[in-house]
Amino acid sequence: MSYVAQTPEQIRGLIAKAKRRDVLFVALGVIALGIGFATFLALFLDMLLDGWGRLRPEFFTQFPSRRAAQAGILSAWVGTFLVMIVTAAVAVPLGVSAGIYLEEYAPKNWVTDVIEINITNLAGVPSIVYGLLALGLFVYAFGLGQSVQTAGLTLALLILPVVIVATREAIRAIPAMIREGAYAVGATRWQTVKDHIIPYSMPGILTGVIIGMSRAIGETAPIITIGALTFIAFLPPAPVGAEFPFLSFEWLKAPFTVMPIQMFNWTSRPDPAFHANAAAAGTILVFMTLAMNGLAIWLRYRLRKNIKW
Amino acid sequence: MESASALDAPVGATVPTVVSERLARKFSRNLKERAIEALLFLAAFVSVFTTAGIVYILVKESLVFFSHVPLWQFLTDTQWTPLFADAHYGISVLLSGTITSSAVALLVAIPLGTTIAIYLSEFASPRAREIAKPVLELLSGVPTIVYGYFALLFVTPLLQKLIPSLPGFNLLSAGIVMGIMIVPYVASISEDAMRAVPMALREGSFAMGATRLQTALKVVVPAAVSGIAAAYILGVSRAVGETMILAVAAGMQPNLTFNPLEPAATITAYIVQVALGDLPHGSVGYQTIFAAGLALLLLTLFFNLVGFWMRRRYREAY
Amino acid sequence: MLGSARPGAAGLTPDASPPPPLKAESRDLSFHYGNGFKALNAITMPVHEHRVTALIGPSGCGKSTFLRCFNRMHDLYPGNRYEGAIVLHPDNTNLLADDVDPIEVRMRVSMVFQKPNPFPKSIYENVAYGLRVRGVTNKNHLDDKVEESLRGAALWDEVKQRLNEVGSNLSGGQQQRLCIARALATDPEILLFDEPTSALDPIATASIEELISELKKRVTILIVTHNMQQAARVSDYTAYMYLGELIEFDRTDTIFFKPGRKETEDYITGRFG
Repeated sequence: MSYVAQTPEQIRGLIAKAKRRDVLFVALGVIALGIGFATFLALFLDMLLDGWGRLRPEFFTQFPSRRAAQAGILSAWVGTFLVMIVTAAVAVPLGVSAGIYLEEYAPKNWVTDVIEINITNLAGVPSIVYGLLALGLFVYAFGLGQSVQTAGLTLALLILPVVIVATREAIRAIPAMIREGAYAVGATRWQTVKDHIIPYSMPGILTGVIIGMSRAIGETAPIITIGALTFIAFLPPAPVGAEFPFLSFEWLKAPFTVMPIQMFNWTSRPDPAFHANAAAAGTILVFMTLAMNGLAIWLRYRLRKNIKW
Repeated sequence: MESASALDAPVGATVPTVVSERLARKFSRNLKERAIEALLFLAAFVSVFTTAGIVYILVKESLVFFSHVPLWQFLTDTQWTPLFADAHYGISVLLSGTITSSAVALLVAIPLGTTIAIYLSEFASPRAREIAKPVLELLSGVPTIVYGYFALLFVTPLLQKLIPSLPGFNLLSAGIVMGIMIVPYVASISEDAMRAVPMALREGSFAMGATRLQTALKVVVPAAVSGIAAAYILGVSRAVGETMILAVAAGMQPNLTFNPLEPAATITAYIVQVALGDLPHGSVGYQTIFAAGLALLLLTLFFNLVGFWMRRRYREAY
Repeated sequence: MLGSARPGAAGLTPDASPPPPLKAESRDLSFHYGNGFKALNAITMPVHEHRVTALIGPSGCGKSTFLRCFNRMHDLYPGNRYEGAIVLHPDNTNLLADDVDPIEVRMRVSMVFQKPNPFPKSIYENVAYGLRVRGVTNKNHLDDKVEESLRGAALWDEVKQRLNEVGSNLSGGQQQRLCIARALATDPEILLFDEPTSALDPIATASIEELISELKKRVTILIVTHNMQQAARVSDYTAYMYLGELIEFDRTDTIFFKPGRKETEDYITGRFG
């Protein structure tokens, strides 16, 4: 009657076969992970070796040049630094405010739904499309020019979804009893947010901001699209001057280049001498983004370990 | 103390002034609260402005473009030479590059990403998972221009040793590297979907004498299938929108081909190429990048919506 | 009183008859969870062939932990540790021995869970799962066995028209019977039930209980239940457990009418638990 009646030996044979497949799959999984890690290692080591000869102090203090051996990334890293200031100054307040609004204030209605759908969608829009937006809107419609401020604004919009999502997740992790505790002693909504919600969600928000900024540092396509120049042998005007009024915002309107664009420029030259420069710039770029991402991951790990409630 | 004296005091004399003071304070407090709420709302609404801005700019410039170039020509022409005297505007040329490179990327990313996801979710120890996941995350944080450099100057020479006829610019190398870049993304979303499968289902399978692999392939993966499909589709969307790897390693000449061994421009690479040049604002050449951008946006929007919908489905399932 | 309301279960095993042969027994079984918690302490208990043995006791007494030792579900989670033995007759295999493969154990000892957990597959594939795991591919064999198991689980007439529909579309009680059919399909020697009706309504519960009484003709049954009436209705033997210890084991009517230990009586009469 029974079709399953197999001798114990047959069953053991079957199990052994199935288990061999298990082992085989584990090997496959480790290999797949290994391919990922090995690729990354190859990428990093290849660049480090190619660029090692150029990673000298002068590389950071020289402008780009027609002669590969004399070219440096001074204008690129200064440009990246300035653009990041603008990006952070725009994206952090906007993103955190939006996150707070959506978690603490937003009523359940269609307007909120529209905002949420928009944020989800924007997170999936290719970065180059932001570049087209900036080209049409910031550069031509608003007349902001192909400048530091345009680039900073563009990247700010690009990383806004990252900051908003991180803020919301951080706020959501705060239990309702904290809010109720604050309201129970007569705090208004804003007081609750300002005194409790923001401070307690700070590490989570910070994690999101760092990840967003590291993404912005590496973005190339939108900045190329707004027409950043690839060869810049001067620095934007200094923000602090010796003469009255000491502070200047002229740098916001200056033309600029950034690290990834400098790297792109060197990579696309046929002369292999420039490839060494590209490799050196790439090494620095990878190092910066890895450091920022690593910091964010570490922060998040610490955060999970120290949850107080 | 105060409340006691307030109780003792004649009702008509002191209480009204206190109440009016409170009312006044309440009014200013309300005003401040409202103002803050309005500010926060505006910040949240920036996302809507951004979307509106993107759609407005792309549609506006595209409309001008389509007044010069009929839509059917855009869709059916088999040449893309907008900057030549004999201008042709067939988006299918750029689309072929995008499709071919994305297909190569997915052929790399889907097997690797799925294997890693199953391994991490069903086999790896919690400790191994704790180490592997952040490292994968680090991988996805590497700037794409760096991947482009790697594709052009490391992977292509390597592939040329295997396929001597391979040109310096080709879709294969760019696609492979793009696939590696997408692996963490596919793996992470698939793994989330598999981990969301309730333990009770796994136990049911183990209780029947199934091994880990049988349980993973016959129970967990089918249960998580919509989440895994979402991972693939969001991976496609990323591949389609990827720019720098292709601009660097696949060459920028338009080429109607589905052969990954050839160089070809994608939609994104074309936009970069035009942006690098000096096209006058308002020329048809300038407008082509917005038309191309609109095509790109619609393409990724489609994939994102499908992916989003599928992801929500598996979240609702449990 | 409980027994007189439903004499069927107890009536099958009148006090005078000699005890049926042993199917399994646990000997000095202790169990430690990975976090160091000792959940079972030196449990020695017989399991009689073709009888229903119920495990009762307050929440956290270790009855589910004990049940899950019989098909070594604890092996799925790292750090868990058994001491002692569960011997399966007639071949005298110690299920807990290191050289015994837990997968082989699970092929002999099936399990039905607290909440119905049909796989996200068709009704047919759910039942055929265990057979496919065992390498059965012959379509006719599978068809026959699926029908036989579904009939055994009293589900055939309800689902025979829609074997290709997804199992999770069934009602809760039907899902649980589907899980029973799935467990039956591989002809297990022992069938474990872990509070199988706790997620079901009274009508579905009654049908499952009826099924259990029917199934013991084919298979030895061990059932964890928090519902004492259920234990009285379906089981032939009952074990009362408390804090990881086996307090008392005896024929069900003895446990319910003349318990040997004060603690058992307190629990049964509702003075405790």
